[in-house]
Amino acid sequence: MIAVEPSLQRARVSPVRRWKNRAFTAALWAAGFLALLPLVFIAGYVLAKGVRALNLDFFTKEPAAPGQPGGGIVQSFIGTGIIVGLAVLFSVPLGIMTAVYLSEYGRGRVARSVRFVAEILLSTPSIVAGAFIWVLVVVTLGSFSALAGGIALTVLMWPIIARAAEEVLRLVPQELREGALALGVPRWRVILRIVVPTAGAGIFTAIMLAVARGLGETAPILLTALGNDFINVHPTQPTDALPLRIFNYAQSPIDQWHTIAWGGAVILLVGVLLLSITARVLSNRQLRRTR
Amino acid sequence: MSQTVLDDISRSRAPVRKRSRFGDVLFRRSSLGVAAGLIALLGLMVWVLAQNGDHVLAHFGIHFFTGRSWNPVTETYGALPFIFGTLVTSAIAIVLAVPVSVALALLINEVRLGWLRNPLTVLVDLLAAIPSVVYGLWGLFIMVPWFDHTVEPFLAETVGRIPLLGALFRGNPNGGDLLSAGVILAVMILPIVTAITREIIAIVPNELREAALALGATRYEMIRMSVLPYARGGIVGATMLGLGRALGETIAVAMVVGNGLGLGASLLRPGYTIPAVIANEFREASSIGFHRSALLALALTLMAIALVLAAMSRLLVGRTAKLLAGGGTAEGAAAPSAPAVSG
Repeated sequence: MIAVEPSLQRARVSPVRRWKNRAFTAALWAAGFLALLPLVFIAGYVLAKGVRALNLDFFTKEPAAPGQPGGGIVQSFIGTGIIVGLAVLFSVPLGIMTAVYLSEYGRGRVARSVRFVAEILLSTPSIVAGAFIWVLVVVTLGSFSALAGGIALTVLMWPIIARAAEEVLRLVPQELREGALALGVPRWRVILRIVVPTAGAGIFTAIMLAVARGLGETAPILLTALGNDFINVHPTQPTDALPLRIFNYAQSPIDQWHTIAWGGAVILLVGVLLLSITARVLSNRQLRRTR
Repeated sequence: MSQTVLDDISRSRAPVRKRSRFGDVLFRRSSLGVAAGLIALLGLMVWVLAQNGDHVLAHFGIHFFTGRSWNPVTETYGALPFIFGTLVTSAIAIVLAVPVSVALALLINEVRLGWLRNPLTVLVDLLAAIPSVVYGLWGLFIMVPWFDHTVEPFLAETVGRIPLLGALFRGNPNGGDLLSAGVILAVMILPIVTAITREIIAIVPNELREAALALGATRYEMIRMSVLPYARGGIVGATMLGLGRALGETIAVAMVVGNGLGLGASLLRPGYTIPAVIANEFREASSIGFHRSALLALALTLMAIALVLAAMSRLLVGRTAKLLAGGGTAEGAAAPSAPAVSG
C-alpha cells in the first residue's frame, strides 16, 4: 500500500513546511507509542500479579471459606468449559449454515439483509444479549443456568462465525465447484464434501475467533449463568465461569480473593491472546496460500 | 465464472436421481432457513425487550428518561443519571481515542515502517482481544489508584484553575470516577476505530497521493490534502462504531466508574452507566413492580442506539468505500468487517 513516500531530501521545502511535516510525523509516532502502552502495562501487571496466585489448589479445589487459606476456583474452569462448549455446539452449525447460504446461494435482497443484520448483531452490546436471554430463558425456566449462558454466547458468536466463515468459503476456487458439478455430483454434496472441507482450516480459524470472544465475555454470562461457588455440571443449574469469578472477587473486600482474581486473569488473558494470535497466524498463512 | 452460471449448471442437469434433486432443494432451503434465523433473532430480541420494557415506559412516559431519581424500593425510576454517565464516559472515550486512532492508522498506512509494521498492527488488534473483565481488574487496582494519587490532583491543580474548562476537573478525587471509566473505554475502542480507519485510508487511490506529491507537497500536506478529505466519511463511520462499542461496554466500566448517581459538571466524581445498572441490579429485579421492566427498557434503549449507530456507520463506511473505488463494484471494499488483509 505504501507505494509513495515523499522524498524531501531533494525537494526545496521551506523550513516552516519542513518543520510542520516533521512535527506531524513525530505526532504519528507518538500515537503509535501511546497505543502500545496499555497493552504492555496491562499484560505486564496481570502476569506479575497473577502468576503468584497459581498453584495446584488453584486449579483443583473449590473456594475456601473467607479467611481460610488455600482453595481454588476449579468450578470456574469447569463452568466456563460447559458454557463455552454449549455455545460452540449451538453457534458452529448455525454460523456455518449461514455462511454457506451467503457464499453459495445468497444473492440479492435476502443475502444483503442477512449480511446487514449480521453486521448489526456484531455491534450489539453484549449486556443487551444477556438481558434478552435473561428474560427469554432464565425468567421462563425459573433458574439461572449454563444452558442460558451458552445461548447468550450463541447470540454473540453466531454472527462472528457466519461472517468470518463466509469470507473463507468465498476463497474456495470456483473451478472446484464446477468440476464436481460436471461429474454429476448434486450441489448440496459438492458443498458439504468439497467446498466446506476445502475451507476447513479457515472455518476453524473463524471458530477460534468466536471462542476467543466467548471465553472473555462477562456481562452476558453474569445475567444468565449467575455464578456458583461449587462445581456444577448440570446444564440447568447456576454455573460459575472464569470471567464471572474474576469480576466478583475483584470487587470483594478480601485481599486473598483479589490475588485469586489476578490469577484467573492470567489464565483468561493468556488463553484469549493465544487463541487470537493462533487464529491470526493461521488465517494469514491461508490467505498467502490462496493468492 | 459467476454464481448465476453455477446455478444454471446445477439446475439444467441431465438425468440425475430424483433423490439428489430433493436433497438439493432441502439443503438450499435449510441454509436459507438458518440465515433467515439470524434476522429473526434480531427481531425477537427487539420484540422481547420491547414487550417487557413497555410497562415502565407506559407508566412513566418521558419521565423515565428525564427523572433524576432511581430507587427500586420506592418504585421511582428516572434513568437520567445512567444516561448522563453513559454519554459522558463515551464522549471522553471518543475524544481521547479518535485522534490517536486516526494517527495510528496514518502511521501504519502512510509512513514506511519496515519490519515494525506488522507487529504494530497485530499488537493494536490484540488490545481488542483483551477481555473486558481484565481491563476492569487492571483499572480497579492499578489505574484508579494512580489516577487518585497523581493524575487527578494534577489535573485539578492545573486545568482545574482555568475558567469554564476547569469545571470539568474540580472536586476531590477518590476512587473510581467518570474520567477513569472514559480512559479505559478509550483504550478498549481504539482497535476497532483504528482498523476501520485503516481500511478506508488503504483504499484512497494512490493517484491522489501522487498528484499531491508531484506538486511538491510534504507528507503532512499530502495527508491533509489527499488522504483525510477523502477518508472523512469513513472516519466518521469508524467513530460511530466506536461510540456504539463504548455505550454498551459493561464490566470494565462497572468496575471503575464508581457507581454514583450524582449529576454534575466534574469528571472527577463517581458516575453510573446504563449497562452497569443492568448488571448490578438484575438479581433483585422481580416481576412485581416496575424494576425488571425498567432494566429491560434501559436495555432496549441501549439496543436502539447501538442499532442506529451500527447501521449509520456501515452505510457511511460503505458509501465512502464505494466512492473511493470509483462507484464500481465495491462489494469487497464495502465490507468493513472483513478481516484486514495486511500486506
